[in-house]
Amino acid sequence: MTRKQRRLVLIGGSVGVLALALALVLFSLSDSIVFFNSPTDIAEKHPTPGTRMRIGGLVKPGSVERGDDMRVRFEVTDGNHDIAVRYRGIVPDLFREGQGVVAEGKFEPDGALAADTVLAKHDERYMPREVVDALKKSGRWQEGEAK
Amino acid sequence: MIPELGHYALVLALALAVVQAFVPMIGAFYRDTTLMRLATSTAIAQFVFVALSFAALTACYVTSDFSVANVVENSHSMMPLVYKFTSVWGNHEGSMLLWVLILALFGAGVAAFGRNLPATLKALVLAVQSWVATSFYLFILLTSNPFLRLPQAPFEGRDLNPILQDPGLAIHPPLLYLGYVGFSIAFSFAIAALIEGRIDAAWARWVRPWTLAAWMALTVGIAMGSYWAYYELGWGGYWFWDPVENASLMPWLAGTALLHSAVVMEKRNALKIWTILLAILTFSLSLIGTFLVRSGVLTSVHAFATDPTRGVFILAILVFFIGGGLTLFAWRAPLLKQGGLFAPISREGALVFNNLFLTTACLTVFVGTLYPLALEAVTGEKISVGAPFFNLTFAPLFVPLLIAMPFGPLLAWKRGDLYGAAQRLFAAFGAALVGIAAVFVAHGAHGVLAPFGIGLAFFVMVGSLVDIAERTGLFPLPLTTVKARALGLPRSAWGTAVAHFGVGVTVLGIVCVTSWASERIVSLKPTQHVSLAGYDLTFDGLAERSGPNFREMVAHFTVRRGGVIIGSMDPAKRTFTARAMSTSEASLMTRRVSQLYLSLGDTGEDGSVAVRLYHKPLVLLIWLGAVVMMLGGALSLSDRRLRVGAPKPAAKSALQPAE
Repeated sequence: MTRKQRRLVLIGGSVGVLALALALVLFSLSDSIVFFNSPTDIAEKHPTPGTRMRIGGLVKPGSVERGDDMRVRFEVTDGNHDIAVRYRGIVPDLFREGQGVVAEGKFEPDGALAADTVLAKHDERYMPREVVDALKKSGRWQEGEAK
Repeated sequence: MIPELGHYALVLALALAVVQAFVPMIGAFYRDTTLMRLATSTAIAQFVFVALSFAALTACYVTSDFSVANVVENSHSMMPLVYKFTSVWGNHEGSMLLWVLILALFGAGVAAFGRNLPATLKALVLAVQSWVATSFYLFILLTSNPFLRLPQAPFEGRDLNPILQDPGLAIHPPLLYLGYVGFSIAFSFAIAALIEGRIDAAWARWVRPWTLAAWMALTVGIAMGSYWAYYELGWGGYWFWDPVENASLMPWLAGTALLHSAVVMEKRNALKIWTILLAILTFSLSLIGTFLVRSGVLTSVHAFATDPTRGVFILAILVFFIGGGLTLFAWRAPLLKQGGLFAPISREGALVFNNLFLTTACLTVFVGTLYPLALEAVTGEKISVGAPFFNLTFAPLFVPLLIAMPFGPLLAWKRGDLYGAAQRLFAAFGAALVGIAAVFVAHGAHGVLAPFGIGLAFFVMVGSLVDIAERTGLFPLPLTTVKARALGLPRSAWGTAVAHFGVGVTVLGIVCVTSWASERIVSLKPTQHVSLAGYDLTFDGLAERSGPNFREMVAHFTVRRGGVIIGSMDPAKRTFTARAMSTSEASLMTRRVSQLYLSLGDTGEDGSVAVRLYHKPLVLLIWLGAVVMMLGGALSLSDRRLRVGAPKPAAKSALQPAE
């Protein structure tokens, strides 16, 4: 093979692999990303049941109910709207009423979120950024409240 | 007094760095040996002053000097001594100080060990190194000074984040930084070569040990971080595709590619331009990693505190070095002569294949990590890109790489024989088939991923050793001859085999955990029990204990297998008074390389506890594999021919000044 042919093989191979990677990335991005919304967004959009979504806000005080078999039901609020969340399993160490929380899961026909992941902040000094933004949008956020 | 001394030492280091950034470069330009030699002294002096500064901060922590703001924020007088040491870097300011300490250490290393480097190259490398150092000293002094005093010292500190109060903090960050920052040497060498407009095989020989050392540290650092997250966060996961984890994975992928392309450059004088580009990219990814983690654009345990000026400052450093490096590359790289022709099927070809897939995989991680940030910046829409994305993109790119890996060392330079290599790998194919058959026999035909993964892992593990087995004449020859031959083999050949074997070990661990891990989440009252994977755990009861700066609720479990008691597990929930924060301390029981993992949830009024129990088969292999990879790197590093300052090639004509 000449130098030129060798170079062509090399370039062809690289372009092939890059194209494959690009195809994989585009396919996965269309399929496996999850959008984040505040309770107000959800109340306005009425997502179709089965949509995967991440919601963030505060755990509404007095809304946490624990059932049998490690089931937990609580409401996520941004002060304007509340969204019910159902979860089965152990909630994080810092999951508390009135504290920031992020839940990810699928919407059910009754409008509640069947969460498979519940995340709480991991330091008392700050909140998940997504929660802060959701609260800012609803006007319930005071600067310097908790960094 | 001590904090002021530390502050002053850091300012002195900055002054030295500024001198070192310009003077040797001027010296290199006018070929003035005195000016060039200055870099050696300043590099060592810089290290001494940064070390003093670091020691000063450590002294403040150990003596709980609460007049220093940084100590107040992150320490507590009741904290065990070991955490007083580690909390020095368990915060933003201190961790940046560790960053520059390691940067100065590497600079001093080049100054001290690079005796037979060509004078101009050494001067330029140290000057570029000092540019990086200067920018980070400025960053610390202007935006993140750890030595700031408080006008009124409080009586007690606010304690270190409890998640960080763990031996993991002693090991993970220093190793990770050794890796991140170590790649700065490759970067400095690349920039120096571009400034000189000249590069040769000897260049790769000088760069490789440093890159290898950085790579080893990064490999174990990432593995350690992964194990830490595994036992500390209580979810039993070893990799979350969290942006912060990706930030360390990207330089690792690029650095691995760099190690391999440097081999081609050293042995065959080919792929020069590519190697230079990779050296720049690897360190750029380290800087991007530092930016992602330190700037607060991401929310995570690693983002200790957020301050927009810091983010902007690091971004400026990032733009300067990456932009400057790439511009210099575009301008000067065409000057470098290409050498060494090779056929697509050859050792060089295999290493190009390795580079292609590693960098593409790195690219997908890059897209997955930065796409959400970019999208939010542009449209304001928030998305999360998680494991499903990476499983779909990263994994398919790694499979061809793993299949090709055993072939590489079996192909000859210039022109290889693929069919011959495949024949020599018959033992590896055999092992793969045995693995696949074993999975089918043991677990039946459920899915194809598990048997395929096991087959692949066996193929990689056995395939990695084929080269060594053949060269030592294992099996046909008597053992004494084999032993003599094994000792005579170059250490770098052993290094390759061992490191590749380590990759196989990690793959085996990942496949087993992914396919056969099992879990149960239950609520138990005392005397009730739960079974999983042949183990039976009885909940005996709760007890309260108090530690130095926390109180904990410990649940006691007796573990039985086949009715016989084999031990006990005591997961706990700790409440740290200073921060009113609690953490779960999972309990792990290691059975060979598998683990039982028990973590505690909420405790009920009636004395019941919620527990999460996992059985993780062969999970330890994931991290042991990384340790094996590191050992492979160490073997390779100890090879005489690669040791810093290998005399022969250094004395060749390449060292004379050009023109």
